[in-house]
Amino acid sequence: MVDIPEHLLLRSAEARAKALGISVEQALAEMKGESDPTVISKEPEVKTIDETPAPAAETPAPAAETPAPAAETPAPAAETPAPAAETPAPAAETPAPAVDAPDEVDFAPEVKVTQRLLTVVKAKPIQKSVSEPVDKVNTWPHLMLPEFVALMAMTAFLIFLSAILQAPLLEEANPNVTPNPAKAPWYFLGLQELLSYWDPQIAGVMIPLVLGLVLWMAFPYIDRNPETHPSKRKFAIMFYTFFLAGAGVLTIIGVLFRGPGWNWTYPWIDGIWFDDLLDWIHFE
Amino acid sequence: MQKLSLRDRIKEARVSASDSFRGGKLMSSIFRPGSPFRKGYVDSPRNRSYVVMNNVLYHLHPVKVKRHGVRLSYTLCLGGLSFFLFIVLTITGIWLMFYFRPTELAYVDIQTLQTSIAFGSLVRNMHRWGAHLMVLVVFLHMSRVFYHGAYKAPREFNWVIGVILLLLTLLLSFTGYLLPWDQLAIWAVTVGGNMAGYTPVIGAQAKFGLFAGLEATTATLLRFYVLHVLFLPFIIVIFMAVHFWRVRKDGGISGPL
Repeated sequence: MVDIPEHLLLRSAEARAKALGISVEQALAEMKGESDPTVISKEPEVKTIDETPAPAAETPAPAAETPAPAAETPAPAAETPAPAAETPAPAAETPAPAVDAPDEVDFAPEVKVTQRLLTVVKAKPIQKSVSEPVDKVNTWPHLMLPEFVALMAMTAFLIFLSAILQAPLLEEANPNVTPNPAKAPWYFLGLQELLSYWDPQIAGVMIPLVLGLVLWMAFPYIDRNPETHPSKRKFAIMFYTFFLAGAGVLTIIGVLFRGPGWNWTYPWIDGIWFDDLLDWIHFE
Repeated sequence: MQKLSLRDRIKEARVSASDSFRGGKLMSSIFRPGSPFRKGYVDSPRNRSYVVMNNVLYHLHPVKVKRHGVRLSYTLCLGGLSFFLFIVLTITGIWLMFYFRPTELAYVDIQTLQTSIAFGSLVRNMHRWGAHLMVLVVFLHMSRVFYHGAYKAPREFNWVIGVILLLLTLLLSFTGYLLPWDQLAIWAVTVGGNMAGYTPVIGAQAKFGLFAGLEATTATLLRFYVLHVLFLPFIIVIFMAVHFWRVRKDGGISGPL
């Protein structure tokens, strides 16, 4: 005999026990061949649980009268159901016990079993849907058209900017002539400004590396608050805004308020030392 | 049958020629089903899906997006514009490479570009202002993401990649800064490179590696050039691919506030 996993056997036994109205242990024993199979003796149970097909249901009385003989003679029982099923009308009209009995016997367990109930699956979906339906629109054209407009606007803006602002080109590089002041690109000017306050190891390396990179990258792992609305994450908003404002102020000081020797200058009095916009500002 | 006017007959001939061309084998082989360039394109939900699905360039997008994501005020298109500026910078950058040698001739090449080459000045300006703009737009994109809390689960790792992209953008801009080889370039890079020299323990080595020597020379120029036109774009494209892919995999655009 094929090895059937224990849990399947148990489930099958439970189903069988329920169908036949016997104990699970007994059903299990029967299925393992340790005890004689139970014969269906009570008709109503069969009818309600096994969902007996129409012809049998239409003629319940004869079936109930002769269950045992049919069970003892499996061969004819297996042969006869077909004609009965094919011609339900005559069977219903003339309830001849001899003809209709096998219909019932079909469900008796010890008749040469060709199919059996392994388990009962309850009528509910196997998969649980977890996602809520979302209000969506087609990417084409609802997203791609605005995107296209944005690209065109950006292109137009860039060409316009490039037409009116000449990119700076000073005299040729000369390592022997240091301009005063020597300024970094504008996005590093905040750092350069910090360098004038603190030790270079702190301002030039530790702050950009630790604060700027490690802390910035790790931010989602530090901020575990799942809320996204600003009113529910006031600290995070304040934190970011504080550093944004700090970097902005330092950069503006570095760009506009620092002159020769990195001394404080006022752009409206002393002029601007920011060669990136040299040809644009024409000021000094 | 009513005799058609000459104008109608020309129109008819034009329409039938257009139809037979757009419905022909050549066009059907180039454009996949659902393309507006094929004959018989109609505006249907099916074709709207095909427009995105059957085009390798548009395939970056999902077929459908959340309705609130289409609102301009939600993203301000900042991520898309960062990518677009990168493309503009790639195109203008390749154009500039035709006229630029990263040697002691670099400065002369830039002068020649500005004075003797058609649109040379315009393209150089576009490349330079576009680069500044990209730094700004990437930074604004990051701020937008932060203020919307769009870095929260499941998008934590995409934020990390985004910070790396910001860093690479800054490095690209910084390496490009040296290339004109004027006083502005060499001293800005000297100041920036000296900052790297303050790194604990390996400061001297970091500075030497960056400058290809003890100070900014033409060897530095070549080094920055290779980093600027080849190495960093290569790296940033890989990170961008992961970034865009994760946007899709993490459930598209983040939810509204």
